[in-house]
Amino acid sequence: MSPEHLRLELQGITKKFPACIANDQVNFEVKPGEIHALLGENGAGKSTLVKMIYGIMQPDAGQIRWEGKNVQIDNPAMARKLGIGMVFQHFSLFESMSVLENVALGINEKGPLKDLAKRIIEVSEKYGLPLDPMRHIHTLSVGERQRVEIVRCLLQDPRLIIMDEPTSVLTPQEVDKLFVTLRSLREEGCSILYISHKLDEIKALCDRATILRAGKVVGYCDPSQESARSMAQMMVGEEIKIPAKKEGVQAGDDCLVVNNLSMSSGDVFVADLDSVSFSVKSGEIFGIAGVAGNGQNNLLSILAGERLCPDDRSILMNGRSIAHLGPQKRRKLGLAFVPEERLGHGTVPEMSLADNTVLSGHGVSDLVQMGWLRFSKAHALAKKIIEAFDVRTGGSKSEAKSLSGGNLQKFIIGRELLKNPKLLIVAQPTWGVDAGAAAAIHQALMDLRDQGCAILVVSQDLDELFAISDRIAVISNGRLSPARPSHDMSVEQVGLLMGGMFDQVDEWDEDAQR
Amino acid sequence: MIGFEVETLIAILLGVARGATPLVFAAIGELITEKSGVLNLGVEGMMLVGAVSGFITVVVTGSPILGFFAAMLAGALLSSLFAVLVLFLHTNQVASGLSLTIFGIGLSAFFGLGYIGTPIKGLQAIHISGLSDIAIIGPLVFGHDIMVYLAFVLVAATAWFLGKSRWGMILRAVGESHHAAHAIGYPVVAIRFAAILFGGAMCGLAGAYISLIYTPMWAENMTAGRGWIALALVVFATWKPGRALIGAYLFGGVTILQLNVQSLGVDVSAHLMNMLPYIATILVLVLISRDETKIRLNAPACLGKPFRAD
Repeated sequence: MSPEHLRLELQGITKKFPACIANDQVNFEVKPGEIHALLGENGAGKSTLVKMIYGIMQPDAGQIRWEGKNVQIDNPAMARKLGIGMVFQHFSLFESMSVLENVALGINEKGPLKDLAKRIIEVSEKYGLPLDPMRHIHTLSVGERQRVEIVRCLLQDPRLIIMDEPTSVLTPQEVDKLFVTLRSLREEGCSILYISHKLDEIKALCDRATILRAGKVVGYCDPSQESARSMAQMMVGEEIKIPAKKEGVQAGDDCLVVNNLSMSSGDVFVADLDSVSFSVKSGEIFGIAGVAGNGQNNLLSILAGERLCPDDRSILMNGRSIAHLGPQKRRKLGLAFVPEERLGHGTVPEMSLADNTVLSGHGVSDLVQMGWLRFSKAHALAKKIIEAFDVRTGGSKSEAKSLSGGNLQKFIIGRELLKNPKLLIVAQPTWGVDAGAAAAIHQALMDLRDQGCAILVVSQDLDELFAISDRIAVISNGRLSPARPSHDMSVEQVGLLMGGMFDQVDEWDEDAQR
Repeated sequence: MIGFEVETLIAILLGVARGATPLVFAAIGELITEKSGVLNLGVEGMMLVGAVSGFITVVVTGSPILGFFAAMLAGALLSSLFAVLVLFLHTNQVASGLSLTIFGIGLSAFFGLGYIGTPIKGLQAIHISGLSDIAIIGPLVFGHDIMVYLAFVLVAATAWFLGKSRWGMILRAVGESHHAAHAIGYPVVAIRFAAILFGGAMCGLAGAYISLIYTPMWAENMTAGRGWIALALVVFATWKPGRALIGAYLFGGVTILQLNVQSLGVDVSAHLMNMLPYIATILVLVLISRDETKIRLNAPACLGKPFRAD
């Protein structure tokens, strides 16, 4: 195809940061009316690359060609003028403002708001993305928020839409709807640059793919001709051992029992917990699925002891109430906790790995004696974790924030595992972690389960939950669905539960029994 | 006898407006600054620098108009120092704001040293023949100095700007999420710089009102904590200009009232009476803005957080 017919062409794009080269001589092109995937692990440089296409950052070297002409995209307003739109990964919306205001802020035209409201309704109906312009963002679900971003994009008649990980926060049903919209846009000749690391989606949706590894293009492919496994290998550059789940392992007695737990979230924008009940047995992995913001964080902080629960009977561990105990006392009973936020919650970013080992372990190990810290022991323990879990770092003196997400997560999980916990609570164990590290973390969790530890995993990643959990429950708007064995559950069922349709799933079951 | 009482009452009410006006200017300035996501605790310092610059200008030129402009310029200049510190050097906003207040107290005392006790002619209340002479209503509605009316205009204009104008919407967006605003392509730092300058200018104006009209003289530290009251008003008014106005008048009203009650010789400790305006203002504003959701919606989510473009 001659260059005049290409919509977007990147030639030798390079972007250097003080610590690393984010993009190194990147070349690729997007044709009109194609859905082009940009594949790569976290840190491969996908986000940096699209930020340059959308004008948020400038390349250090290289040329961007738009519809056959060399262009320099100075800022997002200019990108929008050219016909480039972007749907962000972390939504670029303003919580306290209305849909209308959010759209007005994100487009170049400065017409009266009344006309804009009409156009929002028109466009949203045309593409099957219903939206009320007067509603405030904080009242919308995550899926609806994404609709706002997409509609804002479509209002400018874009010829290229960049989508950065659009499905990571959606239920499976919402993903299907999104794909229908994207395909109809493709029919109209709009190009889509689709960033994801979910290979099944890319196989289902995309026409071509460019694969990035460590800032460099390592290959182009036709996703329909590749297997998810072969694309994963291109992304990672090495064979990944995906851990196999042992089925039929005998679980023991109830370790953690949560009875009718109701508690306000303390935040008007977040759902309150509404009579949540479940139990986790020793020797099983119990998964809780759900879209973010449905009460997971509240539940986790109550289970970890960071928020205390007034009702003494609501949380039992090995038959004894722990509802009134703080985090330190719970740790002494054998509870270990890996929070979602690695920097700032799981570790103190500016402190060394050895110091961070002391912080969560001083009550349960011999790192402290008579009020004095024993640094040599802390360093020895940190080194042991680094070795046992293959954490790639400068050593036990490295600051926590200097580690990559995957390595830091391996370190945190290793730190908790080495305490030989009876109950481990993990939030988003592999969020933003590369495939190799994710496999290692999953293996470590399953090994721990086989040793008889009770494990509670809260995750938004359904593939992960199905891969490792023995039983799965779904949290939606502060309510928890009944748990079922994961082999008895389908992704569609979990999807319905994530949308809060607990009754429909029961009907489904009755149908199946008939 | 009755005529005397009415005159006293009118004098008291005119005093309320004079007490409230500087608070309105300072609170509106700080409100705009905070809506952009910047917490400037230097209000008191900027007011003092405005007060002394306005005063010196009037002594030198004899023109109150020039005095007010000089005060706005001085306030804005001082706030630009704060802006450079927090926006470009990413210093802590709370510490920088507190330093700004201490700096402003010292700076104003230094420049004002030669002017303590110098008399000036304060700005007179306007007089519209006919209207201002109407009994009771005349002086109350048409008998204030021009700045009292300007304060009302400023409140209305600010409410319109924040609620209805495109630039007001952008300002709120920057204060709500600077990362999102940056990603969409708004110049976060430039917008915050402008908001800080406006806040500085309004605080300067508030200071000049005190040294040129409220008590036409210069004395060290003469704002006497009004900057802190203005800061508190912004928060208790949940970042709404109209409520800040109510709060300022309430504070001004109770201040004047308790002074008059004291002068009548009521047997209550003067210290307790002095607390009244603070307690009354806080109570009323807490009561009218106790809806948690509304507070979350009006409070700028990025208030006090430093911004770095990736």
